[in-house]
Amino acid sequence: LLFSLFREKKRTKVVELTENMVVDGGSGVSFEWGGRWSHIKKFLERPGPFTHPDFEPGTEGLQFLLETCKILVIGAGGLGCELLKDLALTGFRNINVVDMDTIDVSNLNRQFLFRPKDVGRPKAEVAADFINSRVPGCCVVPYPFYCVDCINLSRLFLRLEFHIIVCGLDSIVARRWMNGMLLSLLVYEDGVLDPGSIIPLIDGGTEGFKGNARVILPGMTACIDCTLELYPPQINFPMCTIASMPRLPEHCIEYVRILQWPKELPFGDGVVLDGDDPEHIQWVFQRSLERAAEFSITGVTYRLTQGVVKRIIPAVASTNAVIAAACATEVFKLATSAYIPLSNYMVFNDVDGLYTYTFEAERKENCSACRQVPQDLHFQQSSKLQEVLDFLTENASLQMKSPAITATVEGKNKTLYLQSVPSIEQRTRANLSKTLKELGLTDGQELAVADSTTPQTVMFRLCFTS
Amino acid sequence: TMAATKASKEQKYDRQLRLWGDHGQETLENAHVCLINATATGTEILKNLVLPGIGAFTIVDGHTVSGEDAGNNFFLSNNSIGRNRAQAATELLQELNGDVSGNFVEESPDKLLDNDPEFFHRFTIVIGVQLPESTCLRLGSVLWNASVPFLICKTYGLIGYMRLVVQEHTVIESHPDNALEDLRLDQPFEEFKNHTNSYDLDSMDKKDHSHTPWIIIVAKYLEKWLSEHNDQLPKNYKEKEAFRQTIREGIIKTDGGVPEDEENFEEAIKNVNTALNLTKIPSSIENLFNSEQCNSITSQSSPFWVMLRAVKEFVHDEGKGSLPVRGTIPDMIADSQKFINLQNVYREKAMQDAAAVSKHVECLLRSVGKPPESISEKDIKLFCKNASFLRVVRCRSLAEEYSVDSVNKDEIASYMDNPDSEMVFYLMLRAVDRFYQQHSRYPGVYNYQVEEDINKLKVCVNSLLQEYSLSVNIKDDYIHEFCRYGAAEPHTVSAFLGGSAAQEAIKIISHQFVPFNNTFIYNAMSQTSATFQL
Repeated sequence: LLFSLFREKKRTKVVELTENMVVDGGSGVSFEWGGRWSHIKKFLERPGPFTHPDFEPGTEGLQFLLETCKILVIGAGGLGCELLKDLALTGFRNINVVDMDTIDVSNLNRQFLFRPKDVGRPKAEVAADFINSRVPGCCVVPYPFYCVDCINLSRLFLRLEFHIIVCGLDSIVARRWMNGMLLSLLVYEDGVLDPGSIIPLIDGGTEGFKGNARVILPGMTACIDCTLELYPPQINFPMCTIASMPRLPEHCIEYVRILQWPKELPFGDGVVLDGDDPEHIQWVFQRSLERAAEFSITGVTYRLTQGVVKRIIPAVASTNAVIAAACATEVFKLATSAYIPLSNYMVFNDVDGLYTYTFEAERKENCSACRQVPQDLHFQQSSKLQEVLDFLTENASLQMKSPAITATVEGKNKTLYLQSVPSIEQRTRANLSKTLKELGLTDGQELAVADSTTPQTVMFRLCFTS
Repeated sequence: TMAATKASKEQKYDRQLRLWGDHGQETLENAHVCLINATATGTEILKNLVLPGIGAFTIVDGHTVSGEDAGNNFFLSNNSIGRNRAQAATELLQELNGDVSGNFVEESPDKLLDNDPEFFHRFTIVIGVQLPESTCLRLGSVLWNASVPFLICKTYGLIGYMRLVVQEHTVIESHPDNALEDLRLDQPFEEFKNHTNSYDLDSMDKKDHSHTPWIIIVAKYLEKWLSEHNDQLPKNYKEKEAFRQTIREGIIKTDGGVPEDEENFEEAIKNVNTALNLTKIPSSIENLFNSEQCNSITSQSSPFWVMLRAVKEFVHDEGKGSLPVRGTIPDMIADSQKFINLQNVYREKAMQDAAAVSKHVECLLRSVGKPPESISEKDIKLFCKNASFLRVVRCRSLAEEYSVDSVNKDEIASYMDNPDSEMVFYLMLRAVDRFYQQHSRYPGVYNYQVEEDINKLKVCVNSLLQEYSLSVNIKDDYIHEFCRYGAAEPHTVSAFLGGSAAQEAIKIISHQFVPFNNTFIYNAMSQTSATFQL
């Protein structure tokens, strides 16, 4: 089944190259040499006992990788750099990479395509340049910060027809968005999913010495939202602790960040705390020491201050290397049908020895992202809209950030609450303390919810309980 | 300037310093790593050591760069085809990090073993990649006798293999993922008892009552329970539930009898189960106490064993059967003052215990003619704090693994009860080594060889099993697959191993986190792995 996804796309050979591509300019220098692909060829030209049922040994497989297969890599950071290298050395040549970040000194311990002289430059560009010059014939096209936003990303998808997407993101919100994007591209005919519209998503994540790699076939296997409970929401310290009962050095730092900075505005009106500005961190550090001294709390350091303010996650080269490698292996399997792909989730941890655990994550029956059916919301008629809002943000399976709720009331489309546009927020704020009955909502009616965690509106069905 | 370099290194290494600290980083910067064979696997391992800033590396490789090499290796360009591989790889690896000093030796390891085996004694760790069996065994013997850790890595088709060979590796900072707290509620120390006595829950105002740390609450109610139950701690579920109920009843009620919202009491109830865990010396630590190294302290004993012996003596003396108090408590609902005061009670006790251990350390050092300052207070404190988490890894030598007399037949046979267990790949790698010994090449390298080598490889498999008297069954499919691999070294498998091996090397160098013991197999076909002790 998987191989047939590509049969159509394989027949269309991409001849023209996109505008930004680095061309191995007409100097006539060949970028092939004897034995170059010999390691790969053994898996593509020889039959074997463990290959995918769809696998056909021959020279077509390598040709497809070199000439036709189009991969989109999301993120050019810790995982992204590794992915680009792994894919390039596995024969993939048409690679697009997206990243809106610029290079920082603290990236250099693992994002090996960057050097001290590159600090400040867009990651996608520098990464692409490096790979293209180190791996002759490889054509990585960058989409750096000034190109990337949701609309442009959507256009990119429609224009370029990727075979496989690989994510090396550092945010769950971005992952969910990507997940939603691929789901929105699915085509259903008479309720049956057209396999040709499925774009596989390989997703990798790391944190310190832990990581995971997963294979997602949107519409067919568990999606990011199906397993949202695997990412428990980040716990923030309670405000009363921060405001009046600090016990840990972290509480002192949060006090300065959340309460003291907005009050004192030490670097001027409207100047927001910038975790990347050492002067800002220094200020927070000093004030945190003062706060800690008040309560006889020890342990406030500059490093801790920076870690708390920027929500820093520790990172090393080795974990990123492992996870990206596993992901790249899966991209290779999917692109060539050389082997049956991972089904579908692997976790890795090398704190104590090396530990991996591989399992098949299941699709959720009522997944708000990948199931076609609106999810039921159970509330009383007398429940306030605020309760619905709280549910959408706090529920472990939804974890929305700032949902905008609209409904069709008396034939007209009505925005019940929207936080992100100040004028609308003001206008609709009063609705939060109104009951669902007061808002004119009826049993069984559909609510449309938009949120940054998904490019598509999520439909819910209101079910009144007694 | 020195200060500027230090500051920029702090920035560059910030994300990893949060994992192993400045002292861990220092061990890396003082390390000299030897890599044998700059194949893709080798350079990927080294990349992940150069980036975090090891002091120096030396690549030993007598091969010249081939077209195949340049095809799967990020650190060998096609321009370097024909040049010595050690030199070519050193250039591009060195370029990754200016803090690191890169060296190369254009020589095969076998030649070095012939002419100058002591060459290898200078290294903090030797990493051997894609080495034939004979070289591994020779080198293994030299390094074992010189107590230099040896990490063997191999990528073979879609299989990754690692073998760690280290006689004795001690770990003070193992950084366990889910450590139990050391609260001593079942055997409260004097200062803790005095502290809980300073609380009178019944006479407190509501604010204080609701902000009393749960540890105090459990201690108070436990005291009452013990006096009413003949000094017996709650043992089974029924008793623990009854105990929880006594705490529940302690929650302040409104005039109407409705319990108020007291989060600290809820915390107490939730934590009863773990709080009632008996304070015990972990069996792993008892085993260390009983070991030879702990009981015979000499002037050659490492600080680890001296401190361990000191802790053992502490346990039998001031510790009254328990390890030194760790001194940390988890965060909990409480007002600042109550929490800090309670925390200080534990901290001071920990300092006291560490001081007592220190005295034992001094005594021991004097008894073997070493100055008492040769182990610092700081190190002793760190040791005491980690007393429950100490680990010692001892790997069997290669000679033991390979000898017919000491091969771990049980381990191999029991895993092979499942013929698709990762153990089959270990056996296939051994068989393939055998093939190489006999035919001076690996099976199936050229297309025309694949078919005919299957039978030849099967002969090697059978002779291997026979030699070790292993009555296990290896499916023909695996023999076919290993011929099909043709000793290929695909980049993604090399990269997976590159990350894995580098982190194990970092564990060895830094003595933080726990290395594997002693054989690791990665199967990229199924994305599974296993660790065996062979």
